[in-house]
This record gives sequence, structure tokens and C-alpha cells, in this order.
Amino acid sequence: MATETDTARARAAPADDAVLRADKVTIRFGGLVANRDIDFVIPPRSIVSLIGPNGAGKTTFFNQLTGMLQPTSGAIYLDGHPTIGLSPHQIVELGIGRTFQNIRLFNEMTVLANVMVGRHVRMGASWIGSLLRLPQVRHEEEITTQRALELLDLVGLDRGYEGEWARNLPYGYQRRLEIARALASDPKLLLLDEPTAGMNPGETADMTRLIGELRDKLNLSILLIEHDMKVVMGVSERITVLDYGEKIAEGSPEEIRTNPRVIEAYLGKQADAS
Amino acid sequence: MRPFFRRAMISGAVAGIAVVHLALVGLIVKLDDRDLIANVFSIGTVIPFLAALAAGFRSATPMRIGALVRPGVTTALASGALAGVSAGAIVGGVTWLIDAVNPRDVLVNASPQLVQVLHWGLTAGTGTLLLVIGGLLVGALGAGIAILPPPIRRAVLVGMAVVLGLALMQTFVTQILTGLGIKAVNDFFFARDGMQPLGAAVAFVVSALADYGWRSRGDQVRARYSGLPPVQRGSIWLSGIGIGLFVLLSLPLFVGSFLATALDTVGIYILLGLGLNIVVGFAGLLDLGYVAFYAVGAYSVAVLTSPSSPAFAPQLSFWIAVPVVMLITAVIGLTIGTPVLRLRGDYLAIVTLGFGEIARIIFLSDWMTPYLGGAQGILQVPAPNFLGIDLRQPERLYYPILLACIVAAAAAISLASSRVGRAWTAMREDESVAEATGINTTKYKLLAFSLGATFGGLAGALYAVRIGSVFPQDLNIIVSINVLALIILGGIGSIPGVIVGAIVLVGLPELLREFSEFRLLVYGIVLVAMMLLRPEGILPNRSRRAELHEADQDTDDDDRWKQESGTETAEPAII
Repeated sequence: MATETDTARARAAPADDAVLRADKVTIRFGGLVANRDIDFVIPPRSIVSLIGPNGAGKTTFFNQLTGMLQPTSGAIYLDGHPTIGLSPHQIVELGIGRTFQNIRLFNEMTVLANVMVGRHVRMGASWIGSLLRLPQVRHEEEITTQRALELLDLVGLDRGYEGEWARNLPYGYQRRLEIARALASDPKLLLLDEPTAGMNPGETADMTRLIGELRDKLNLSILLIEHDMKVVMGVSERITVLDYGEKIAEGSPEEIRTNPRVIEAYLGKQADAS
Repeated sequence: MRPFFRRAMISGAVAGIAVVHLALVGLIVKLDDRDLIANVFSIGTVIPFLAALAAGFRSATPMRIGALVRPGVTTALASGALAGVSAGAIVGGVTWLIDAVNPRDVLVNASPQLVQVLHWGLTAGTGTLLLVIGGLLVGALGAGIAILPPPIRRAVLVGMAVVLGLALMQTFVTQILTGLGIKAVNDFFFARDGMQPLGAAVAFVVSALADYGWRSRGDQVRARYSGLPPVQRGSIWLSGIGIGLFVLLSLPLFVGSFLATALDTVGIYILLGLGLNIVVGFAGLLDLGYVAFYAVGAYSVAVLTSPSSPAFAPQLSFWIAVPVVMLITAVIGLTIGTPVLRLRGDYLAIVTLGFGEIARIIFLSDWMTPYLGGAQGILQVPAPNFLGIDLRQPERLYYPILLACIVAAAAAISLASSRVGRAWTAMREDESVAEATGINTTKYKLLAFSLGATFGGLAGALYAVRIGSVFPQDLNIIVSINVLALIILGGIGSIPGVIVGAIVLVGLPELLREFSEFRLLVYGIVLVAMMLLRPEGILPNRSRRAELHEADQDTDDDDRWKQESGTETAEPAII
């Protein structure tokens, strides 16, 4: 394992400080190419957005970053570590946390337990230790509880909710809880899949503010999939646009706003429109 | 009003048909052997009226006609009477028919004795009239109970259940009370057969008052308890545990050998339930072949300790054999767990079902006969010996079983509230999200399988010692089904639930041996009733209850925010 990692790292040619680097990532489902030759870089402490029309392959790309799908070809490095071939839980351990487009909490667990599950990879209690309730295991439980409560504070879930069932939370709070769960693993990179989907303008503004705060307070990078252009333009430093599985543009919000290919992808050709 | 009457007639008809069914399978005549109130009436004779009571009760409960409508007093009583009359008329009619045409050639249980029981020994005409008019009155009574204020209604139902339970369990209660040396108490409540009228009345009043008191004052008691300083609370808790332990430890001293045997069986099933609960309840892996581990445990201990093990007989002491057995079953758990890792839900269930059968067939096979004795099994499994005391007697074997149960329950409780337990719960909820949250699902599945297997193996070892031999025929799929049923009955994922489930599903049938021919019938009725009325089980853990009663909660969602975890939750609706 160690040697494999070393040779792979040697292949990660340019020594840069990117948190995440994807080289020519391609994935095929049968004859369909869902992502073609995508190159992608996330600098440290940055907020990067991935946009594109429905079916452009954004979530597919996300799922390859987290190991839920394996690319057909190409390479992905997190902090220089290649992640291809690793299972999702190993990638979480390396430092990627994620949320889901359709909220997927552990509904039958309490709010607090959801966050504590997120902390799993940063805990050391073995089954023997848990079974015997060793002192260090109990201590670790206390620290984890404390940490989970802090995270709930951070994402803006009021005190008093921690003992409630996740399923009983209002929708906006469920989104926040999912973020807290992802943050519990101390990720270097947080992937948010449409964090403002289904929210009203007020909630959306709150969420936008929260995303900025998280980056500042926790020193992490954030990759966002988002349809709401107000959010995307307001919060991201760089934007990558996918269409039909290919990267068609990349740049600052200003550049993307005026890019003719992007306008075309979203609105169709001028000729079609008239 | 009309919908209530319609429902009342349907309830009554269902109750009547149910009684006719019980009569025709022979249960009513059988239950006539036991007196409810000594020399007044038997359990068999009151069954039609209990059914009328239930139908009357049912027909006066609130009903959903657009909104939930509560019947007025007159409507309720009229519906109840109608339900009772319908039930009584059906039973009376069928009894009259049986009496008139004698269909015994076809329906063997439609005997003159049955007619006599149902007619209370009266002539055909008066008997039928008694059933109809009695049904009417009792149905109205049931409706009357249903419209009482909830705490009183509950108290009345509890009182009735206690009297009925005492009458059914008379022999055992008598045995325990005599064993305790308080025969006077026994004679107050019981005659030779059935309860004393005064004893029954006292039992009813006392249990009803106790329930009412706890319902109305329980919160205050709880509040005062949680208001106490931690040290005092700790000592109350400890003394509670002390008393419980004392009762558990002293049980075999006065229950007698027959009850002790039943206790041992219940203990072994509790152990099995705790093990399977880790796999099914905690980790959410539906394992239908759990008996395989039980069998491996039983055979391993037999081979390791019995002098008549065919091929390899090291004749180890039980205490050395047990850790070895647990290790073997843990490894078997891993071995079976590995190939089925990728399977989910139904597929997993089918494959594990197959493994369970494979285990039994291997033990029976010609291939294994030289080593495991084939259909003859392995005999002469010696009893464990503790400091020179032979633990063969059920009263003594009770202690190692109790110890194993306590250790297993403590282990399960510790694990449930730990990092490991959370990982299991997360996996049960959504396997791919659990993986994406950082849980090594492969590892935790295997852990659940092998821990569950270890508990099962330990249970198997104790079983082999209790029986003193091992036969492949006893280790069949029924064991898997029983264990799964007791977990579901008690409440999946709940440890107190496993204990209650084992007592209800394994203990009661042991005690009611005389009705053993009706065992599966009652099993079926109990399970169907549970799934309809209380799908989360008798003592569910909190989350399961929340999930299954989601629909009920929609209406009072706002109140739920204020509700504290400790306060009383709404009664399940009887609908």
C-alpha cells in the first residue's frame, strides 16, 4: 500500500499546493460519456463552484471525487494523495466531506448522533474498548459530544435540537445538519451538492453567508454545485462550467457571466431563440 | 350514527366468527378445564363474552368519518350492545345448529361437550338466549369501558388482564407462592381450581388502583427522582439493581424444577435474541440462518467435552470449552459473513436462510457422521462442574445461563451507545451514506456477524449442556424463526424488548404445555395482532417507535417540540 501510494505520488507531477487536483477524469456508463477529460483544480481556502445545465454531469463528477463512482480513466489527487481506487470511507479519512443533493440524514438517529457519526473517522474506540467502556473511550465520547455541539452551533442549529430526531427537523435545519455531519470529519475539502435547493430567498441568503463563514473559520476549501446564480456569483472565487459532460469554461464569476459558450449552454443558440 | 352501527355489526360479526373458530378447533373445550372463578365459571365459558366485550369496546372507540369522531354516550352504548348482540347471535346460532344437527363427522370438535360449555350447561333454548342477551349486556359494558376517561379505562383493562392472567397461570403462581412459604396468600387468591371470588375481586381492584396510581402519580415520582442529588439517585438506582439481582438469583430456590427448566429455556433464547439483535436490530442485516451458529456452538461443546464424541474426544472441562466454542463460532461468523457482504435486504435473507439449512444438512450428512454422529447426534454431554458442584439440575444450570445473559446484555448495551453502535445504526439507516460518512461498512458488517455468531454459539453450548446431547433434528429453521419472532415481538433493536419477547414467546408456551397443540395458532394470532396494533414491538427503542408512528405524529407535530423525552407518550390507538 505504502509503495503504491509513493509511486502514485511520484506521478502527481507538478508540486503545487492545490487541495484537489483532477487530471483528465473520464467516466463512461456503457456508451454514454458522463464526464470527458475534465481537468480541475481547487486551491487551498477557496470556494469553487461547479455549474451547468441539468444532466451536465456535475453530481457524477462529485461522486468520483468521493469514491462513490470510479472514473474510467484519469486521476484525482487530494493534497497530493491519489484517491482513485480508494473506497468512500478512506477518502473521508483523507479529508473530503460531502452533503447530498436530496438530503440524506440518518433519520432515525438524533441530531447529535448524526454529527457524532460524522466524527467516526477521527475517533479511535475499538469494539473491544467500546464493549468494556474503557476510560479513554468514555473520555473520547465526551470530547466528541462537545465537538459535535460546537459544530451544531457553528452551522446555526439552535441548542435544544440536539436530542430531536433528524427527521423532525425543519427542512432548512436538515440542510445545516448535513453540513455539520460532513464537517465533523475535519475535512480539508467540503463538497456541497445544491445546498440551497428548495429554500426560500431568506434561507438562501443565510446559507450563502454560512458558506463564506465556514471557509473563514475552518480554513477549508469548498466545492459547490449550485443552480442559484445569485449564490454562485456571490460566494465563489472560481467557477467551472460543465455541459454534456465536458468542461466548457472556467474562470472568475465576471468571466463566466460574459462567456458566450456559457450563455449558449444555458439559453441555447441565438438562432434557436429567435 | 349509522357508520358507528355498521362498524359495530362488523366488529360483532368478527368477534362471533372468531369465537366459533376457537370453538371448532377445540380451544374452548380445552379452556373449560381451567376455572376462572372456582366452581362459578371456567375460562372456556367466558370466552364468548370476552369476545363480545372486545367487540363492544371496539365499536365505541373514536372513528374516522372525515375527521376523527368520538361517539356520544347513547351512540356508544347502543353500538356496543349491537356489537355484543351480533357476536352472541352468531355464537348462539352456531351452537344451536351444532346441537340440532350434530356435525361431528365433519367437525370433530363440534361435540356435545362444546355445546354444554357454550350454553353454560343449560337447555338449548335458554343457552342460546343467554348468549344473545348476555352478549348484548356485555357488549354495552365493553362500550361503557371504552368511553371512560382514558386513565380509568386503562386501569379497568389492566385489572381484567391481571385476573385473567392469574387464572391462566394458576399452577405456577401457586408453586411460587408455596415455594416462598406463603401458602396463606395463595389460598386467599386461589381455590384448588380457579380463583376465589373474593381473591379475584381484590386482585382486580389492587392492580387497577396500582395502574391508576402510577399513571396519575408516576410523573411526580419521576420528577422527584430526577430532582434528587446524583449521589442519592445513584444509590436508589443501585438498590434497584440489587433487588433485581437478588430476585433473579433466588428464583431457582423456590420455583421448582419444572419452572426452572422453563427459565433455562427462556435464558437461552434471551441469549440468542441478544445475539441476533446485534445483527438484525443494530446493523440491519436480516439473517434467517442464525440457527447455524447455535448448531455450531452446540456441536462444538459436545465434541470438546463429551466422552462419546465419535472421532475426537478431548473431554475438556466445560469452562475451557466455552471460550474455544465462542472463538470457533466467531470465525464461522466471519466465514459466512464474507461472501454475503455485498448482498442487501431480501437477497441477504435468502442466502442466510440457505446457510442455516446447509449447516443442518452437513451435521446430518454421511460425510460428517464419523465425526459428529450423523442422525444419532452426540450423547453424554457432561454437565458443567463448578467447584465440585454438578450443575446438571435445571435449578443449578440456571446460574451459568443467567451469568451469560447478564454479560451479553451488558455487552450489547455498551456497544449500542458507542462509536460502534452508532456506526451500525448509520449503516442500517442508509448503507451508502454511512460509507460516505467515513464508516467502513465491510468491517462493521463482519463485526456484527461475528459478534452475533459468538452469542449464538454460547447459547448453543448452554443448550447442549442442558439437554445433555445434541441432535441435528433439533437445530432447524424453526429456531431461527422463533428468535426473529421474539425480537420483532419485543421491539427490534431494544434489549429489554428481547427479554420480554423471549418470556412471551418462549416462556409462556413452556408454561402452558397443556395447550401446546394450539401453540402455533396462538403464535399467529399474537403476531398478527402485534403487527396491527403495535408494530414497533412491546418495548421498542425510541427511534423505532418514532419511525412507525410517524403518521400519528403528523397531527401533533407542534407539541412534539415541547415534549420531553421522559414524559408519557400517547397511547397507541386501537384502530
